[in-house]
Amino acid sequence: MLRNLIRLHGRTCCAVLERWSGVCQGGQARLPTLLENVKAYSTATSERKKFYQDVSISQGEDGMFEINLDRRKLKTPGGKIFTVPNEALAIAVATEWDSQKDTLKFYTMHLTTLCNTALDNPTHRDKDQMITAALKYLETDTICYRVEEPPGLVELQKNEWDPVLHWIEKRYNVVIGSSDSIMGPQIPEETKDTFRQHLGSYNFWALTGLEYVINQLKSVVLSFGLIDRHLTVEQAVLLSRLEEEYQIQRWGNVEWAHDYDMYELRARTAAGTLFVHLCSESSTVKRKLLQD
Amino acid sequence: MAALSSPLRVCRGILREIRAMKGPDYKQTLAYNYVLDQFRKNQVSSERYCRAQVEALHASHTYLCLLASTRHHLTLHNLYHGKGERGPEEVAGIVGLRLPTQPGGKGWEK
Repeated sequence: MLRNLIRLHGRTCCAVLERWSGVCQGGQARLPTLLENVKAYSTATSERKKFYQDVSISQGEDGMFEINLDRRKLKTPGGKIFTVPNEALAIAVATEWDSQKDTLKFYTMHLTTLCNTALDNPTHRDKDQMITAALKYLETDTICYRVEEPPGLVELQKNEWDPVLHWIEKRYNVVIGSSDSIMGPQIPEETKDTFRQHLGSYNFWALTGLEYVINQLKSVVLSFGLIDRHLTVEQAVLLSRLEEEYQIQRWGNVEWAHDYDMYELRARTAAGTLFVHLCSESSTVKRKLLQD
Repeated sequence: MAALSSPLRVCRGILREIRAMKGPDYKQTLAYNYVLDQFRKNQVSSERYCRAQVEALHASHTYLCLLASTRHHLTLHNLYHGKGERGPEEVAGIVGLRLPTQPGGKGWEK
């Protein structure tokens, strides 16, 4: 019975202090004080009612798209006007806002959160810092950490994780390897340099999304597999949670914990992947004449 | 590992999700029109292996996963974790106790 008393505060915001009180106010830019951040955090956990009826998108002069809630323009928690570089992302974000009923549940609006982080950059990081942080996960990559027992899990890890490792080693021409010691695999410097160079080719927005995905899956290898379209989201999440799935098959599934976590991980990973793809692609329609 | 379901299934899945999300007037939403538009545009391709088609299919599959999993997550959240806290009287009542009443209020209350 005590479990019912535990509210999920932590879901709403982790590293980014969402100042949702800044949304849609006739914004004067204010420097965030500690007290304001605390106040904003507390509004993030209490319920905000849905204050708009229609959601629409519009394009500004510089080609960036904006979201309109009724008549007012959507703003980021930092007070800036919410702009996205392409139409598909704008429509997806508008759909997120449109799907809210009665109260605003910010923990379901993953794409909006990602855009806000990319626009505001509240921790003031530049590309190199993000790349370094992302590559830190390589040393303790989920795929490379193997167990020694029980034998069923060892077998499962070998069958499921080895193909992905081979794929990435072949695709990027690197050496990663796996290990079952507590220290983890030894990653040679050339591998890190190759990945650093590859990550450097993404723009800032795509890198925000990519780092988010790596953070969620706790694995650089799986994230690259997703971004390069080698894996689907469901497959990547399954591989990331391989040990949990093994234990579920052994001991049974607990819906309010296992399924809950799985769907949340899927939602976040899917949002991150979509964000990266939408921010790093540019589509053109080439019309070819049909030759009769 | 890269076997994705057919575009038709993904498209139907996305439209079903939009309908579940929005309700009866889902055909007027931005997402509905955009998704149908994109699927129609990417249908015709003369090459046998069109990379853009594969990329678009993967992206649409990802979006379907996003919509479906947020919906399931929200459902589970409302089912198991949505009730919030109980008041102190209710909590006491569960174990068969009652809160003490003090006529005149407690000392620090005004």
